[in-house]
Amino acid sequence: MSIIIHKNTKILVQGFTGKIGSFHAEEMIKYGSNVVGGVTPGKGDMTHLNLPVFNTVKEAVDQTGASTSILFVPPAFAADSAMEAADAGIKTCVAITDGIPSHDMVKIKRYMRRYPKDKKMGLVGPNCAGIISPGKSMLGIMPGHIYKEGKIGIVSRSGTLGYEAAQQLKDLEIGVSTSVGIGGDPINGSSFRDIIEKFENDDETIAVLMIGEIGGPQEVEAGQFAKENMSKPVIAYIAGLTAPKGRVMGHAGAIVSAYGESAIEKVELLKECGVTISKNPSVMGETVKKVLVENNLN
Amino acid sequence: MDIHEYQAKKILSDFGVKIPTGGIVYSPENAENKAREIGGSKWVVKAQVHSGARGKAGGIIICNSPLEVADATDKLLGKKLITNQTGPEGKIINRIYIEEATDIKHELYLGLVFDRSSESIMVVASTEGGMSVEEISKEKPETIIRSKIEVAVGIQQFQAREIAFGLGIESKLISRAANTIIGCYKAFSELDATMVEVNPLVVSQQDEILALDCKMSFDNNAMFRRDEIAELRDKTQENSNEVYASDRGMNYVSLDGNIGNIINGAGLAMASMDMIKLAGGQPANFLDVGGGATPEKIVKAFKLISMDTKVKVILVNIFAGINRCDWVAEGIVQALSKIEIKHPLVIRLAGTNVEKGNEILKKSNINYIEASTLEDAANKAVKALG
Repeated sequence: MSIIIHKNTKILVQGFTGKIGSFHAEEMIKYGSNVVGGVTPGKGDMTHLNLPVFNTVKEAVDQTGASTSILFVPPAFAADSAMEAADAGIKTCVAITDGIPSHDMVKIKRYMRRYPKDKKMGLVGPNCAGIISPGKSMLGIMPGHIYKEGKIGIVSRSGTLGYEAAQQLKDLEIGVSTSVGIGGDPINGSSFRDIIEKFENDDETIAVLMIGEIGGPQEVEAGQFAKENMSKPVIAYIAGLTAPKGRVMGHAGAIVSAYGESAIEKVELLKECGVTISKNPSVMGETVKKVLVENNLN
Repeated sequence: MDIHEYQAKKILSDFGVKIPTGGIVYSPENAENKAREIGGSKWVVKAQVHSGARGKAGGIIICNSPLEVADATDKLLGKKLITNQTGPEGKIINRIYIEEATDIKHELYLGLVFDRSSESIMVVASTEGGMSVEEISKEKPETIIRSKIEVAVGIQQFQAREIAFGLGIESKLISRAANTIIGCYKAFSELDATMVEVNPLVVSQQDEILALDCKMSFDNNAMFRRDEIAELRDKTQENSNEVYASDRGMNYVSLDGNIGNIINGAGLAMASMDMIKLAGGQPANFLDVGGGATPEKIVKAFKLISMDTKVKVILVNIFAGINRCDWVAEGIVQALSKIEIKHPLVIRLAGTNVEKGNEILKKSNINYIEASTLEDAANKAVKALG
């Protein structure tokens, strides 16, 4: 098994007919993802990429049985689309959109709380690369071919740094069960903790690589969760050793504003939780390999 | 996005927060007239720069006559104020705020931020106004009051009252204080702010509750629906290269080192900076050209880096995902045919079609050092410094 998405996961594309939505929908289909249609309000009678277009997510779910969506809707309308997905019974929504206001993210998260646990949507992102379960399905914008099938779970804020890790692992002939980009925004749908918990419960995943950065409490919260609840080894790299305090480093969430949010502090706090630290971004793959050998997992 | 103190005060006063009488001026004559207009016998002349700790840096002057106000304004205008937050280059003073002086009884601290852990809005208050929140949490942590506000229903009277009582405010002033806190909350939640800080919030000898100094920051991602806030941006308070970059859709932060960076993706950019430091160098900047790294973006990035006089070596690190390395390589060749780069150039390409990309670079007549991994790139960049 992989986490969140599998071979047959039925996928809807929100913002399907737009330039970006179309491009990535095609890439996903080429990879083998089971894209069953898309949603663009007002274009409900169209066919796009040989797939049906729906006016509402509800209609799309009714007619296709889709459980999952990927969102390419522009920032001003993205919160509305995510809430529409939650209300239509979508189980996982991956928001690729970069630039959603923080106040909207707080609103989405508050909105999702109205559903009971078994009907509550999981939101991944925004401002992320999405999810890939290599060889099975791709629900994102990553280059699929750099991911080898295997048993390492990756969870990363950054897109390109996640690719860097997948490539390093592939070069060492180590594969990935699922890779999840949780995005660089200060308030996001799924946290590191949410994702590593899923990896802990996944039979196929044997170890987890967590790629964090400066800003926010999530990496350390995940470390504490790992210390108390995980049997599988966790390896982490934290980017931003050289980032000045109080400046936003590209990602809206990458800003050091409190104790424990700098890279050095996060590394120290994660070490205390028993997480193995990749001392630089060039040795993420090697560090995973070393941990696998030490734990007789290779 | 940050705004000036006087702009933040105007916003808060629109939400019912009381502020001392004051006005913005651009010349000493202006200042003298403004002081007479405000009246009274004591004024505060405040340099408007995007920084805290202005008082310690000499940017706030107390005056006892309109003539002194004019002199103080003359002294500050056009100068650079260097505070412990601006860096050694300081920030230019183009605007002066003249305010009536306040007789202070108590100084308090009030701040609002997003709490990333609980995903709510957090009100932070303390009886130790005038100190920075970092100093308060270090020296007087027991005075800090925190209250999480549920965004769906907003702040309630009782929550504001609890904070006010917690600050030791006299019973007769509680509702005034509560309304001040509620006003700040409303400004935060209705204008897409990411930070509101009133420091100090004061109780005056006349029993008024006044915002004596305040700072506000706003969510850049929300500017599409906040024209009235976007208008308040003062580009003279930002690094000119950073303004150049943000006007062209690039994420750039100027740093102190001498190795210029062109990288795609914020995470990879931070990681590359880290590698430079580990290799014994210092990055001159953070620059994320975006996941796409189109040829046009690469050209703009080279232009930007070549404007930075600190730069002695340029490091390009692109992980091509959806776009391909051959395409990126063509972008680099194209860029270098338009811009002359005098410094050593280290290029590391990775990802899709990396062999083709490297071949294009080799066949071109550009002078560069090829690198294979992140580590290799950083080592070669540091070595190229000589």
